[in-house]
Amino acid sequence: MTDQRPDPDALLEKVQRAEALRRRGRLKIFFGASAGVGKTFGMLLAARERRAEGLDVVAGYVETHKRAETEKLLEGLEVLPMHMVDYQNTQLREFDLDAALKRHPALILVDELAHTNAPGSRHAKRWQDVDELLDAGIDVYTAINVQHIESLNDIISQITGIPVWETVPDAVLESANEIELIDLPPDELLQRLKEGKVYLPQQAERAAQNFFRKGNLIALRELALRRTADRVDAQMRDYRDDHAIQNVWQVKERMLVCIGPGGATAENLVRAAYRLAQLLRAEWIVVYIETAKLQRLSKEQRDAILRTLKLAEELGAETATLSGHKLAEEVIAYARTRNATRIVLGKPTFSGWKRWLFGSLVDTIVRQASDIDIHVVGKESNFLSQAAANPYFSRSRLYLGLASEEQRPMFKWRSGYLWALAATAICTAIAWLMLGHFDLANLIMVYLLGVVVVAARYGRGPSVLSSFFSVVLFDFCFVPPRFSFAVSDSQYLITFTVMLLVALVISSMTASTRHQAKIASHRERRIASLYAMSRELAVTRGEQNILGIAVKHLAEVFESQAVILLPDETGRIVYPASEGVVESCHGSDLSVAQWVYDHAQMAGQGTDTLPGGDMVYIPLNAASGMIGVLALLPLNPARIALPEQQRLLETFTSQIALALERVSLAVEAQRAQVKMETEQLRNTLLSAISHDLRTPLAAIVGASSSLIRDSDKLDEHARRELGQAIYDESIRMSGLANNLLDMARLEAGAVVLNRQWQPLEEVVGGALAGMTARMGNHPVSVRLPRDLPLVEIDSMLIERVFANLLENAVKYTPTGTRIEIFASSDRNELVVTVADHGHGIPSGEEKRIFEKFHRVASEGNQGGAGLGLTICRAIVEAHGGRMWADDFPGGGAAFHFTLPLTEPPLIEQEETSQS
Amino acid sequence: MTHSATIIVIEDEAQIRRFLRTTLVAEGYQVFEAETGKQGLTEAATRKPDLIVLDLGLPDMDGVQVVKGIRAWSSVPIVILSARAQECDKISALDAGADDYLVKPFGVGELLARIRVALRHVMSTTNGDEEGVFAVDELKVDMVHRKVTVGGAEVHLTPIEYRLLTVLVKHAGKVLTHQLLLKEVWGPNYVERAHYLRIYMGTLRHKLEKDPARPRFLLTEVGVGYRLAVV
Repeated sequence: MTDQRPDPDALLEKVQRAEALRRRGRLKIFFGASAGVGKTFGMLLAARERRAEGLDVVAGYVETHKRAETEKLLEGLEVLPMHMVDYQNTQLREFDLDAALKRHPALILVDELAHTNAPGSRHAKRWQDVDELLDAGIDVYTAINVQHIESLNDIISQITGIPVWETVPDAVLESANEIELIDLPPDELLQRLKEGKVYLPQQAERAAQNFFRKGNLIALRELALRRTADRVDAQMRDYRDDHAIQNVWQVKERMLVCIGPGGATAENLVRAAYRLAQLLRAEWIVVYIETAKLQRLSKEQRDAILRTLKLAEELGAETATLSGHKLAEEVIAYARTRNATRIVLGKPTFSGWKRWLFGSLVDTIVRQASDIDIHVVGKESNFLSQAAANPYFSRSRLYLGLASEEQRPMFKWRSGYLWALAATAICTAIAWLMLGHFDLANLIMVYLLGVVVVAARYGRGPSVLSSFFSVVLFDFCFVPPRFSFAVSDSQYLITFTVMLLVALVISSMTASTRHQAKIASHRERRIASLYAMSRELAVTRGEQNILGIAVKHLAEVFESQAVILLPDETGRIVYPASEGVVESCHGSDLSVAQWVYDHAQMAGQGTDTLPGGDMVYIPLNAASGMIGVLALLPLNPARIALPEQQRLLETFTSQIALALERVSLAVEAQRAQVKMETEQLRNTLLSAISHDLRTPLAAIVGASSSLIRDSDKLDEHARRELGQAIYDESIRMSGLANNLLDMARLEAGAVVLNRQWQPLEEVVGGALAGMTARMGNHPVSVRLPRDLPLVEIDSMLIERVFANLLENAVKYTPTGTRIEIFASSDRNELVVTVADHGHGIPSGEEKRIFEKFHRVASEGNQGGAGLGLTICRAIVEAHGGRMWADDFPGGGAAFHFTLPLTEPPLIEQEETSQS
Repeated sequence: MTHSATIIVIEDEAQIRRFLRTTLVAEGYQVFEAETGKQGLTEAATRKPDLIVLDLGLPDMDGVQVVKGIRAWSSVPIVILSARAQECDKISALDAGADDYLVKPFGVGELLARIRVALRHVMSTTNGDEEGVFAVDELKVDMVHRKVTVGGAEVHLTPIEYRLLTVLVKHAGKVLTHQLLLKEVWGPNYVERAHYLRIYMGTLRHKLEKDPARPRFLLTEVGVGYRLAVV
């Protein structure tokens, strides 16, 4: 009984795939076996049809090669102008990506997908331009020949003998929504060639003549057909998956490809593995295992390995560099941890007795991993090894580069050997002293000890030298006949052989242990540095601090200058506002950073996008999306390109992104908290206001309606009473409205102090004048020293302070209570006091009375929303002063505030004093 | 004569217009109304009023512009009505030539007092009735003999103090902005040095007022300027 329902995970994947495709533009590739089959022609024909259907079609880049029939098809289509690039005194015509993105047609034609862009362009390759167009939601028609497909590149080079440098990753072809094969039988193509209908560049004519041999054409046609058939097959399988037509439970295949140091062989292996992975629709991982032996490879060889790993990544593989002692064990262990179902290996390099003696990786793995399928790939033509001279490769070497760890200083290398000789000499001296007291066999032990010490300190080479030298000196000094290399007893030959072998084995093992220890300590350093950063980040608050720590650690670990660029509210990347730390780098390109931020992809040095620059731009991606961009200016660009370093960098960046995200979440939470409190405050305000507004309103409405209705029944006195009530309540409401307005303005920070030099006396006078009507029977005494300095204040606001204080004094003290205003000054500030002789402030309330909406509990029916003192304090603080309340000596409340004093402006004195 | 004066009220709020009309008509003034600045300007030109009450917050144009428009051809007294949020406008309206102002809400008593002062001022200048002596309570300023007395005792003033006082006397009852006083007393270069004015006003008060912190003659209009009391 098989379950006919589709697997939910698979369905989800399908939905997501469909969604991603809907957002992206559709890619159609016109695919041909060779030049001249009519791809451009076919593409233009299809484009015209689309245009006839009413679609907005633009020709972004079309290479007609001046063929009349093709050019005719181009007529009437909108053609984007080319972007002219100056390169080494020639003008290169390039496709203008930015113009295309700006024009944003529904469909764009971009010919020659495999084209390499002129140096300095945004992307190194045209297929990357096309990718960006698709990302922007533009449909693209493009054309490509079979020889430009990355995975077929080597086969075709073998067939035609002409290496092709411009390649397109297979993933591009696979991501195409449609592939239209433009097929032409070889005979017809040759006929067209003869008629001159196929464009041949002058300089390549001879090579091209070789290329257009019938045999080649048939082979290329077969490849193109096969490739198309593969794709159709894949579509078929997709269809079957989508419709649950499956009888067997498919396990996702995972292939582990193990590459060795041989550059060309490794590349062939990767390409073969890629084709196999395609066939099996398997995920694949390419691993390079660094053993002690492989550590000693030359710089060039290591470059080749990195290049191969990069190629594998381009072909869609995951790559890893492992280090271990035994190749086979590492491979199998890794295969098991990653659940690999197959292991792909190269053919063993040893054969015959050597293979039997030393064993081969293949044999060991086959023996040990009985449950994993093993594929052994044969050697192919080695022409690629000559490719190193090619500019593309030398450029890629430039950005892959390698750590120059193995470039040890010469003297150190030599001194190791000198010390090896010296150590052996010392052993001889010790053995000399022991001679006569001990057996010869024991003297050998001294030598072995020497070999171990040399191996541990100076590595393999010196210890091997030491091994040989030990045997020689032992023979010369101690084996009879002494002081000659002759050996009397032939059994000593066995002694020598065994001694040598033991010495060599010991030296080899010690050296490799030492090497492992070195690798381990190196790793430990990396982990320690990561840990150090994580720990610091974990206890850090504030974005700026996190940025500082991140930049410092990045600088330390990657020997780079770094800067982290964050977007503003509108999503535009901006330069950091603050200066940053010493390690910060300057001059990063914001447009590149923006591109990285928008596309969540790396750019700059060593990447596919804008590889020309000195800096690397890495997206900082966190769970909630893009956080920002890290720009690195490495001192040694090659180091950053090492896979291990890349991975470490990834870990660092994700840590930084997480820390930044944490901070921004915290800020958001705080904002939410503040918002909640504001909300609460608003509610308090609303209830206070509704009470304080309604009470006088009720009185006004009642009194006025009575005046209107019963005016003839009321006597003069009653009318006056009612009118007075209306007036009083209105004044009260007006005061409340003023306070609310002041509060709102102060809270919104909308108040700009209009500071002017003022005598305090005038402000007090203004406030008293404004209050006259409301002061009732409260006598006020003002005591201001005659020499009180001018203060720089906003007189309107300070007048509000006095007015509020006076009003409180009137409100909370019995009629007739004296109110006092006095002030004093010292060098720094003016202290002003408004005091009354009333009941004073209830103890414990001195601080709370300044809180918003706080009213003293014993308060009767006095109005006011409890805002007066809050406003006073806000105004005083805005002036840089303080405000507090306490008991007035002799009973009553005293309110004090300070105003800072600064140097007053100069006044020109009048000369005469008599008019 | 006073009570047949013509007043134009330029105010967009119907309720306030109603209250103003009722009050002013009850006082015996002839009242015309305008809802917008434009209408106000037309009314001012056709009615030849004795006084204009102008609200600063008009829907169609800036009140300051209305003041300037009227001042272009007429010196008719203008009393400004302003809400608290229009403090800056109030000062610019006064600088533009308005005579006085009232902050909403205001009482009838206040309004009528201001109107009376403004109208009286016009009378005194138009009649050319310059007696040469200004007197309020015990303060007397004899412009002809340049003599200032408080309760009969002569007060000695410096030239600047005297100049300041005479400017105030000339516009007695009217609000004078800081800027105007500085320009009149010190000259146009001093308009930014408001502290000069404040210091001299302080010393003048100490010489003329009984309680300088609660002046009776030299009144402070906070944030705007000064006014010499007339009653």
